[in-house]
Amino acid sequence: MLSAAVNMELIFEKLVTGLGTTLGVFFLTLLISLPLGLLVAFGRMSKNALVRTIVKFYISIMRGTPLMLQLMVVFYGPYYLFGIPLRIEYRFIAVIIGFSINYAAYFAEIYRGGIESMPVGQYEAAQLLGFNKTQTFFRIILPQVIKRILPSVTNEIITLVKDTSLAFVISVSEMFTQAQALSAAQKSMVPLAVAGIFYYILNYVVAFVMELIEKKLDYYK
Amino acid sequence: MSLLEVSHVKKQFDGQTVLEDISLSLEEGQVLGIIGPSGSGKSTLLRCATMLERVEEGAISYDGHSLVHTSQDGVPIYAKGEELKKIRSMFGIVFQNYNLFPHFSVIRNIMEAPVHVLKQKPEEARQKAEMLLKKMGLEDKADAYPCQLSGGQQQRVSIARALALDPRVLFFDEPTSALDPELTGEILKVIRELAEDHMTMVIVTHEMSFARDVSDHLIFMEGGYIVEQGKPEDVIHNPVNPRTKEFLKRFYQE
Repeated sequence: MLSAAVNMELIFEKLVTGLGTTLGVFFLTLLISLPLGLLVAFGRMSKNALVRTIVKFYISIMRGTPLMLQLMVVFYGPYYLFGIPLRIEYRFIAVIIGFSINYAAYFAEIYRGGIESMPVGQYEAAQLLGFNKTQTFFRIILPQVIKRILPSVTNEIITLVKDTSLAFVISVSEMFTQAQALSAAQKSMVPLAVAGIFYYILNYVVAFVMELIEKKLDYYK
Repeated sequence: MSLLEVSHVKKQFDGQTVLEDISLSLEEGQVLGIIGPSGSGKSTLLRCATMLERVEEGAISYDGHSLVHTSQDGVPIYAKGEELKKIRSMFGIVFQNYNLFPHFSVIRNIMEAPVHVLKQKPEEARQKAEMLLKKMGLEDKADAYPCQLSGGQQQRVSIARALALDPRVLFFDEPTSALDPELTGEILKVIRELAEDHMTMVIVTHEMSFARDVSDHLIFMEGGYIVEQGKPEDVIHNPVNPRTKEFLKRFYQE
């Protein structure tokens, strides 16, 4: 039942503030995990067996355990393991670290799939034309890989929008934390429903933007 | 001094010998044709000469510069650093399936290496690329993308791309195998014109009459060996080796 006592103005005010934090987590995570994922992918494909094994282990932990648990480990770990006192500002930082290392692992596997799907002829042509390894990767390979992996990346980004709500577990006041608090205080579903609509709109925008990028890369096959 | 000198080259894949005691030399301005059945090692030889594969033994040199030679204890030693760069710049290759860069326009496919490898000025590289496209009869395709071109057009772009770096030797790895007979004609015409301009070329092909007409020297390979070689007319019309005779039987019937 929706309570008659809901204060819509308060709901919007709180949720919009929370939305700011949600967007902060979202963009910072992408900004860090997209390039970090590429680095992890290189490690995963490294010729050095030790590097490869370590990176493989890291990816398997990131994919094999709950993100919520990882966030708690990143946040509480320094205190429980090393006795470092927890500071309020660290909450947000811990969320960014937790999300970034988790998403980097997923992005790394997507990059790897894309890189390994490239025909060897592209490398051979580049080599015969005298391009060095860096030029070959950034001029020839990566642009084509990006086109190939775009649909999988879109999926991950949409999941990230929803996953930002997990930050509530270490009390970072993003949108979901706010909605939950309001819902409890006002004994109402409305704050949760409004938050749901906000998440949906965010993902609608994400899907729209990604489709634009896909269309833009449609000029070649 | 020969422009390309290959001596006693040996190559194995997983213990299986695919090239055995291959020796040949090529003078500036000459065309060398290589024919033979599939799996005879023709393409592997090209790939060894262009460093797409490494040899187990033997030596390859370009204009006196050693790309690879074998040490006293039988280890192949490859050129390094600036010397390797210099040798690499002497040859180019045209692949069977073109291997154009699909995300670049035709003109950019041709300009990219001159600008970023040779550090030419973009205007200068563009001028040269446009000249090459004209030569290939593709002046109106500069801004098209590879996926918009026919196979024959793509192959001509890939020839232009290789020529843009001014190689001293150009290798062709079955350049018409992915094309239908009509488009094959386009490409053979372009290669004939290059031969008339005295471009030094090594051509692996299944087009017998073309190989006979365009080559100065013809090699027949079989099972990793050079079985027969000499003047193209002799190899094709008066082969000595029974395997060459057998292989060419079908060609005579056509």
